[in-house]
Amino acid sequence: MKSLTAAALVVAVGLTACSSTDAGKQATSTGPVTVKVARDPGLDKGAIAAFDQRVAQFEKANPGIDIVPQEYNWTATTFTAQLAGGTLPDVFTVPFTDGRGLIERKQIADISGLVGGLPYASKFNANVAKAGQAEDGKMWAVPIAAYGQALHYNRTLFKQAGLDPDKPPATWDEVRTDAKQIADKTGKAGYAELTTDNTGGWILTTLDYAFGGRTEKLDSDKATAELDTPEMTAVLQQLKDMRWTDNSMGSNFLYDWNGINQAFASGQVGMYVSGGGNYGSLVTQNALKPVDYGVTVLPLMDKPDAGVLGGGTLATVSAKSDDAVKAAAVKWIDFYYLKKLTDKDAAVLDAKTTAASKQPVGAPQLPVFDRATYDESLQWVASYVNVPQQQLKPYTDKMFDQQLVTEPVRSTQEVYKLLDPVVQAVLTKKDADIADLLKKADAEAQALLDRN
Amino acid sequence: MAAETRPVPLVLPRRARVRIRGGGLSTLVFLIPLLLVFGVFSWIPIGRAVVMSFQETNLVTPSTFVGLQNFRDVLADPLLWTAVKNTLYFAFLALLFGYPVPLVAAVLMSEVRRFKSLYSALAYLPVVIPPVVAVLLWKFFYDAGPTGVFNTILGYVGIGPVSWLQDSASVMPSLVLEATWAAAGGTVIIYLAALTGVSTDLYEAAEIDRASIWRKVWHVTMPQLRGVLLITFILQIVGTAQVFLEPFLFTDGGPANSTTTLLLLIYNYAFANSLGGEYGMATALSIMLAVVLGLLSVLYFRLTRGWSKS
Repeated sequence: MKSLTAAALVVAVGLTACSSTDAGKQATSTGPVTVKVARDPGLDKGAIAAFDQRVAQFEKANPGIDIVPQEYNWTATTFTAQLAGGTLPDVFTVPFTDGRGLIERKQIADISGLVGGLPYASKFNANVAKAGQAEDGKMWAVPIAAYGQALHYNRTLFKQAGLDPDKPPATWDEVRTDAKQIADKTGKAGYAELTTDNTGGWILTTLDYAFGGRTEKLDSDKATAELDTPEMTAVLQQLKDMRWTDNSMGSNFLYDWNGINQAFASGQVGMYVSGGGNYGSLVTQNALKPVDYGVTVLPLMDKPDAGVLGGGTLATVSAKSDDAVKAAAVKWIDFYYLKKLTDKDAAVLDAKTTAASKQPVGAPQLPVFDRATYDESLQWVASYVNVPQQQLKPYTDKMFDQQLVTEPVRSTQEVYKLLDPVVQAVLTKKDADIADLLKKADAEAQALLDRN
Repeated sequence: MAAETRPVPLVLPRRARVRIRGGGLSTLVFLIPLLLVFGVFSWIPIGRAVVMSFQETNLVTPSTFVGLQNFRDVLADPLLWTAVKNTLYFAFLALLFGYPVPLVAAVLMSEVRRFKSLYSALAYLPVVIPPVVAVLLWKFFYDAGPTGVFNTILGYVGIGPVSWLQDSASVMPSLVLEATWAAAGGTVIIYLAALTGVSTDLYEAAEIDRASIWRKVWHVTMPQLRGVLLITFILQIVGTAQVFLEPFLFTDGGPANSTTTLLLLIYNYAFANSLGGEYGMATALSIMLAVVLGLLSVLYFRLTRGWSKS
């Protein structure tokens, strides 16, 4: 479908033959549409093959659209540069936390009309849908995946440390004792923590939620920072104890998302907290040995407010796209990300292609639509599931029982950013004064919230 | 846009006029490509940056002029002074270690008789390695665990393990060590070239006077290199004041902002907030830094004007 004339012909007359002069005329207005779409960077060969096959399937079903994959993943420090420089693909993904801001500033295309035409447009889980909607409820960005944070652990290190990999820690006290045992017995980091590129704040907020706290209070239009709280203090004290009393957190305290995934996949880390659906990237980007992998629900304190931080991913279309690209982009989003969640044939085709390239099928996710649709979609692909389901059970058995709490709404990434040095200070300075750090961070966060 | 490109015409005609008088139309024709390249890739962006420092913009919606607000915001940011302190510390350490090392290396290398070109090739090799690759490589060396490359080596002699990048006390010297390793080769080559210009007669005269090697270096080599030394000194200061790569790739400013330098802060203003950063603040700080470095250079050349003449 890459031939210009052929594509022009097809688009021009809607799949029927036509004279070459007609095609020439039409080509300038509707033409073959080229859409650059995001593909995760650093994928192994099998994953790229699977992706290419999905592209081929799409192009076959949509003659006249030429899909060009472009390596892309969202990181806080590169996204804005790409956005400002205009180097993002036409279809790209962003976390839930960025949706509203990008929409308000019109930095992404308004595709709400096209999205509204999709058969499942009204079926999105209301909480999930909100992340991609403008103030007036129009869906500019499409939620394609949702996650809740989870505790990932290395079963092999658990065994080497004399722990039972089928009984992962269920409380933060157990996390501490298990981490110490792993560090003492294996010399590896028992527990590691994300700390850079805004992820330090992301995980600190996660732990704060798990300890029953909240980092931000919204009162109609006024946002108040709540960083200097007993819950946050307890979280940092826990980290401080693990780092300085137990010495169970290894020797690297400057991890970004890729860094910690690499360290975990290569067996350097016993436990860490990250999104529950991380299995896919651990395998396809970091060569994780499936046998090592274990995941369980995030331990929650016995407090009414304790909950699991949840977020997700939105698919968005570049603001610079014209109507033809927008239409094609939404078709791609439908085909690649969403149809497989709602349509049996699409689900089976996706799972079959993915499994044939030995890529993971069946990694746990939170439903973008309702729970019933999610369960049904799992049934459709059951025969292709190739992830070690037994090892995921500690998580999948309980993930729906936990209270899910969305990320802070205002200045999310900026507040995360200013929490990075707080957690870094606790992990690298033995005499770090937690109370003072939190007091300063709270004041800075409040200044940010007031300014924005 | 019209206002933003204004600095360019101011520069072009004046330069052009000078050249025309000197060489006629052909000179101008030959000059055009260079002027265009400079104009498009240097002067227009610089002009735009100056304008942007007085604006509030997200690069998508139209920008508004905010006067000196960006400058005030930057000066009120507590992180600015941390960044200034860190940058000065880096510059100081780089001067302390990075400045003498190439000089000593060049003097020693000029003294050896055999394999001279091998030594200069070895000294220059780090410069050939792409900087990002070098930093990623050194990240392995600096692994803070007992199995890290440097820690393993130090372990043989019973030292360590050292925390390297993971401790706010050792992180900056670690960055300077890598930066010196990476950059020294270029300076060594400059010194070596300058050393070949030192007349051998002077050494012979010194030898007749039975001068020791240190006296030869101090009384012959150093005075002869004075001009080059003065230039490399200010280049080093200007260069280290703009250190970005090492803190960005090694530590992202951590741990706890102990390696947040001015350029990293500028980058963070512009790009760390994924929802359209403070481009105005970023350009305002860039301009302040440029002005300070410009003034420093002028002052330096004034003060040292008499020194470089031997």
